[in-house]
Amino acid sequence: MYAWLFRHLPGPLWIRIIQTLLLLALVVLVLMNYVFPWASQYSPWTDSTVGASAPIPLTD
Amino acid sequence: MARNQPRRAAPRRGVISILVGGVGEILLTLGVVLLLFVVWQLWWTNLEASNTQNSALKAISQDFKPATEGAKEPEAPKHPIEGKVWGVLYVPAFGDAFAKPIAQGVGMDVLDTVGVGHYPTTQMPGEVGNVGLAGHRQTHGQVFWDMDKLSEGDKAYIQTADGLYTYTYRSTQIVAPDRGDVLFPVPGDAAAKPTDKLLTLTTCHPPFTTDLRMVVHLEQTAFTPTGKAFPAEIRDLVKRTTGVGKD
Repeated sequence: MYAWLFRHLPGPLWIRIIQTLLLLALVVLVLMNYVFPWASQYSPWTDSTVGASAPIPLTD
Repeated sequence: MARNQPRRAAPRRGVISILVGGVGEILLTLGVVLLLFVVWQLWWTNLEASNTQNSALKAISQDFKPATEGAKEPEAPKHPIEGKVWGVLYVPAFGDAFAKPIAQGVGMDVLDTVGVGHYPTTQMPGEVGNVGLAGHRQTHGQVFWDMDKLSEGDKAYIQTADGLYTYTYRSTQIVAPDRGDVLFPVPGDAAAKPTDKLLTLTTCHPPFTTDLRMVVHLEQTAFTPTGKAFPAEIRDLVKRTTGVGKD
């Protein structure tokens, strides 16, 4: 998969290395800004409130 | 002679070899992504939250301009709208410089960004009853990481536009997450008539799980209106944080 991708990038070796790094940075950025915040609502570390019985509303 | 022999092609990989290699790469990638998620959750969210908290503190210091002198402790302050930052929490037991903005609401939008959230169904500082605050034990600023350090004799302070409320430690409880009764005006007793002004802090327990909640109760022991000299042990920090108070 990665070897295939690397072979199909255009340009000489050093250009392809730079492209790979840019792609990697883009993927990390998307993960950090969109995917992880979305996924964290299912994470087991993020509920610190009490309550289920009235008058305290349930959160998350 | 080698020159006369046909050039040997690179050995062709079998279908199975390609498939296994591909699955391996996907598994490795998932592993790295999971690791990255842990880094994001445990470290990056703290950086983000600390930025948000600092700007919230700067913004609120604008609201805390000294009031006219002779201001009295207000009887029943209005409840702020959801998401509004209305106060600053100081807890010396959590660190010399511990000053965190308090926002209205305990949804993820508040707790994951501002840090300390006020249960909207509980009282406001100065009211008879119970001021309920929630915060993360870890991640997103982990404002209540040191909750277990609070003990006999410790104090916590809430600053609002009206002044500085001083609370003194009363007790710590570890309860199941559904125990909303710890936030009742008289904790644990829905029928009782409240007489004290309490502050209740809630967070996860044990750290890195959400199995239980650690709940700390404090009792209001003093109120200093804005414009009067704040208690000496907190005066410098308040001045540094919101610019309110005499030098």
